Amino acid sequence: MFAYIIRRVLYAIPILIGVNLLTFALFFVVNSPDDMAVSQLGDKYVTPEAIDNWKRKHGYDKPLFLNPDAGGVETLTDTIFFNKSVKLFAFDFGRSESGRDITTDVTTRMGPSLAVALPTFLVGIGVNICVALMVVMFRATPLDRGAVLVFVALMSISYLFYIIGGQFLVAKTWKLVPISGFHPEGQVWKFLILPVLVGVVAGIGAGARWYRTLFLEEANQDYVRTARAKGCSELRILFRHILPNAMIPILTGVVVLIPALFMGSLLIESFFGIPGLGSYMLDAIRSQDFAIVRSMVFIGSILYIVGLILTDISYTWADPRVRLS
Amino acid sequence: MDLTSVARRAWVAPLLLGLALTGCGKGPWNNPHPPPVDDGITYQSMFTPAPPKHLDPAVSYASDESLFLMQIYEPPMGYHFLKRPYELIPLGAEDFPEVEYLNADGVVIDPSQGEVAFTRYTLTLREDAHYQPHPAFARDDSGDPLYRFDDPEKGRRYRQIGDFPETGSRPVRAEDYVYAIKRLADPYLGSPMLGFMGQYIVGMREFSEQVQTAERGQWLDLDTFDMRGLQVLDERRYRITIHGRYPQFVYWLAMHFFAPIPREVDRFFHNPGFADRNLTLDWWPVGSGPFMMVKNDPNSEIVLERNPNFRADFYPTEGAPGDAEAGLLADAGKRLPMIDRAVFRLEKEVLSLWTKFLQGYYDRSGETHGNTNGVFDQAFVVGPDGVELSEELAGHGITITPDVKPGIYYYGFNMRDPVLGGYSEERRKLRRALQIAFDTEEYLNIFYKGNGIPAHSPIPPGIPGHVEGEAGINPYVYDWVDGEARRKPIEEARRLLAEAGYPNGRHAETGEPLRIFMDVQSQAISNTSMNWIRRAFERIGVQVEYRPADWNRTREKLLTGNTQIYSHGWLADYPDPENFLFLLYSPESPLICECDGANNSSYERPEYDELFRRMRVLPPGPEREALVARMVEMYREDAVWLYAYYPKDIYLNNPWVHNNKRHGISKNTLKYVRIDDAMRQQKRVAWNQPVTWPLYAGGGLVVALLLPGVLAYRRRLRATARLRG
Repeated sequence: MFAYIIRRVLYAIPILIGVNLLTFALFFVVNSPDDMAVSQLGDKYVTPEAIDNWKRKHGYDKPLFLNPDAGGVETLTDTIFFNKSVKLFAFDFGRSESGRDITTDVTTRMGPSLAVALPTFLVGIGVNICVALMVVMFRATPLDRGAVLVFVALMSISYLFYIIGGQFLVAKTWKLVPISGFHPEGQVWKFLILPVLVGVVAGIGAGARWYRTLFLEEANQDYVRTARAKGCSELRILFRHILPNAMIPILTGVVVLIPALFMGSLLIESFFGIPGLGSYMLDAIRSQDFAIVRSMVFIGSILYIVGLILTDISYTWADPRVRLS
Repeated sequence: MDLTSVARRAWVAPLLLGLALTGCGKGPWNNPHPPPVDDGITYQSMFTPAPPKHLDPAVSYASDESLFLMQIYEPPMGYHFLKRPYELIPLGAEDFPEVEYLNADGVVIDPSQGEVAFTRYTLTLREDAHYQPHPAFARDDSGDPLYRFDDPEKGRRYRQIGDFPETGSRPVRAEDYVYAIKRLADPYLGSPMLGFMGQYIVGMREFSEQVQTAERGQWLDLDTFDMRGLQVLDERRYRITIHGRYPQFVYWLAMHFFAPIPREVDRFFHNPGFADRNLTLDWWPVGSGPFMMVKNDPNSEIVLERNPNFRADFYPTEGAPGDAEAGLLADAGKRLPMIDRAVFRLEKEVLSLWTKFLQGYYDRSGETHGNTNGVFDQAFVVGPDGVELSEELAGHGITITPDVKPGIYYYGFNMRDPVLGGYSEERRKLRRALQIAFDTEEYLNIFYKGNGIPAHSPIPPGIPGHVEGEAGINPYVYDWVDGEARRKPIEEARRLLAEAGYPNGRHAETGEPLRIFMDVQSQAISNTSMNWIRRAFERIGVQVEYRPADWNRTREKLLTGNTQIYSHGWLADYPDPENFLFLLYSPESPLICECDGANNSSYERPEYDELFRRMRVLPPGPEREALVARMVEMYREDAVWLYAYYPKDIYLNNPWVHNNKRHGISKNTLKYVRIDDAMRQQKRVAWNQPVTWPLYAGGGLVVALLLPGVLAYRRRLRATARLRG
C-alpha cells in the first residue's frame, strides 16, 4: 500500500502543475498587473508612478515567464510565474496584496473553519444515516414515500433560505443564540449551535435521500433475507449488516470531503461571521486579492488530492477484500 | 438499541440545550459579545463589509481605514467637531501654521507685491503630546532599544503587540512629523500621496529618486536623506516649503498622511521576521491620539483602548446653530475621550448587523456608512414630514442622524464627443434637454430611497460656495415654484431638443433617431435602473444604449476619452470649493494632462480655467465667492453633467449613545462619544428575553415524528406470519 500511496502522490504533481498553470493563465490573461494595481490603489491619484511603484513592491514588474535580461538561471526564476506560482510548491504563499502574510492568515483561520465544518460534517452524517436507515426500515410504505417527498422538498430549498430563515427564527425572533460572531476566548459553542444546526438541516434532504438509495440496494440482498430468517432484529440488520456493506459508496462521497473541511464554507462563514478560510476566500475575491485566491486554489487542489488518496485507503478499511497495489 | 428509548431521549436534547444556554453566564443568551474585561465603558461597533487593507498612515486612503487611523494618530491640524461649514482647528500643532511667501531667490515677500515661487509653513507642536505606550519605545538599562533583534529567532515568540511585556513612551517631536513626510516619498511604500504631493513639496521627487536607488537592507533610515522642503527647527518646530501658492495645503495637514511617525517605531517594525507575523506598521498603528490599537484581528475584531498618555483635550463649548437645542453641548468642557474602549467587529451581512443593532448589541447602525439602505422598509416609514422612524424603532428610543456627505456622484457628458459635446448653443440645448428628461428626484426616490439630494452645482452642502434656496437652483433645468425647485416640464425638453436639431428625438435632416451611449460600471447599476433611464429618455424620443464594463475598462475609456456619457463620483478630501471645481479644470482632463486627471468630461473653457487659477490662491472672502459663483454659472450654462446628486446617509443611534453628530470630512470623532452604560445594560436585558417555547415545541416535534415510527416498528416486531387463503 505504501508504494501505491507514493505513486498517487507522484501523480498529484502534474495535476498540481496543471492547476497552477491554469490558475496563473486565468489571472494574468484576464487581469494584467496594471489592472491589479489600479484595483488596489483605489480611485484617487492613481498616477503611472504609483502603478509602477505598486508593481515593483508586489513583484509584478517582471516578465511573465522568461526574463532574458536577467541571464542564467534567473531567466526562469526572476519572473512573475516563478515567484508567484512555482513558489507555491514550496508552500511559500508570500504576502497578500495588502501586505499580510498568507501562511499566517491561513493557519489562523483553519481553526474557526474546522470548528464549524467538523461538527456539521459529523453530526450531518450521523443524522443522515440514521434518518435514511429509518426510512429504509419502512420501505415501500406511505412513510417511505412521504419521507422521499420531504427529502426532495428539503433539497429544493435554497441554502440561503435555511441560513436566513434560521437566523431570523432562532436568533432574531426567539433570541436563543447570537445571530452571528465567533470568539475563541470562551463560549465558542454558543456561536456554533446555529451554523451547525443550519448546516445539518440543509443537508438532510440530499444526504438522507442518497443514503436511502444505497441502503435500499443492500436491503434487497440475499444476506439481509438470511439475517432476517435467522431472527435478527430490524435494528441489528440495519446497523450491523446493511450499513457496513453500504460503506464503500458512502466513503467515496464522504472521505474526499474530509480534507476540504479545512477550507470552510463560503456561505456559512460569511453569514455567521466565522473568521475561517471560506470567508477569507470570499473576501479575497471581493477585494480582487489574487495572491490569496491563487494560494487558496492551490491549497484546495492539494486537499482534494489528499481526499482522493484517503478515500482509496478507506476502502481497505471498509472492505478487507480491497487491496491497494 | 430501542427506538422507544431514542424517542425518550429526544426530550433530553432541548432540555440540555436550554440548560446550556441558561449557563451562558450573566445577561441574555444571544449576547454576541464576550464578557467585559473590566468596568470601563466599551463602545460596541462594527466594520463592514471587509477588513481594512492598510493602517499605515502613509499608505491608507480609504474612509473605512481612516475610521481607525484618525482615532490613533494626531495630524498637525484637525476639524471642529460641531461647527458648520467645516472649520479647521489645530490638533497636533499648537496653533495654525505660520505662512510665509518666498520669491525665486528664497526671499520672503508680500504675495501682492511679487511673484510667489514658494510658500513656507512653519508649525509649532503642542507641548503635552505623548505617544501611546509601545514596545518600540522600551529601553534597556543602557538606554538601547529593548526589542531590536538581528536574528529572526530572537523575536519569534512575539506574535501580537500585546506579547511584548515592556513598553515605553516619549513626547512627540518635530522630527517625527518630518519623518512621516519622508515616508510619503518612499517609493517602496507606495503612498498615494507621492505623485500628488511630489508636485508641491520642494525636493520630494528628488528625495524619492534618491531613496529608490539606495541600498535597502533590513531597514532604510530615511533620516540619512534630506528633503529640501523639510526642516526641523527644534524639538517642537518644523517647516514645510512648497512650490508656488497652494492655500489648500493646510487642509492636507489635517489628514493622517501628515501624522507623526517616530523613527524608532519604523525601525522596530523592521526587525527580522516581524513582517512574517504581520507585525508591521501597516497593521499596528502607533500614535499620540486619544486611542491606541490593542487588538487587530481583521478577520474578526479590532479593539481600541484609551491612550493613557493622551494630552488634555476637552469637548467643545461652541457649536453650530441648533446644536445646543439638540443636546450636543451638554458635555461642553468635559475631558476627552469619554469612553474607555471601542470594539469594532467584522460584519459582512446586513441581517446580522441590523439584528444586533436592534437587540442593543451595537451602539450605532454604522460608522462610515449608516447601513440603513438594505433595511430601509423595516426602519422607516414615509410620513407627512418625510422619512420617519418606524413605530418599533421609535419605541426603542432610537434616534436618527442624517449625514449629507461632502461628495458628488454624477453622469457626465464627454465634451469632446461629436454628437453631445461642444459649446455651440445647439449642443447646450441638446444636453439641457437630456438633463430635464432625466428626473433626478424620481430616480433617487426609487433607487436610493431618497438618500441623495439633486445637485444644482458641483459644490455640496457644508462647503463654501454651496447656495441654498432660489438663488442656488440651476435655472436651466429647474423653476422656483411655491418656495421649492421644480423640474421644468418635459415639453420644455422636447422644445430644446427640436431647437437642437432633433425634433421628436430624430435628426432634422436624416431622420435618424438620436441614440446616446452610456458607459456604466456593471457592478454599480442594476437592470431596473437601466430600464428606468431608458424609459426616461424615451419620453423625448431619445434611445439609450449601454456599454457596461468593469472599473478597469471604464477607467481606460475615461483616460482615452472613448466615452459619450460616463458615471463617476468624488468625495472631498477637504472642505473647499476648489476640491470640487477642479473636476472641470481643463489641465485636469486626462486627454490634456495624459494622466489620471479628474476632469473626465474634458471640459475646456478658458474663462473657467482662468477663474479657477485665481480662485485657488485667494483667501476666503467675497472676491473668492464671486469667482466660485461665476464658475458654477458656467457649469450650468454649458450643461456639463447629465445629472448629479449629493449622497446622503442615515445613521441610527441607540438611546444610550450621545454626541452623534456626523462629520463629513474628519473621522476623529470617537473621542466625543458618550455612552450611558447603565441604560444600555437595562435595555439589553429587557429587549433580549429568550423565547423558550420553541425549544420544547422542537422536542415535542421530534417525538411526534419518532412516535409513529416506533409504534410501527413495534407492530412489525410483534407481527406473525399469516398464510394466505
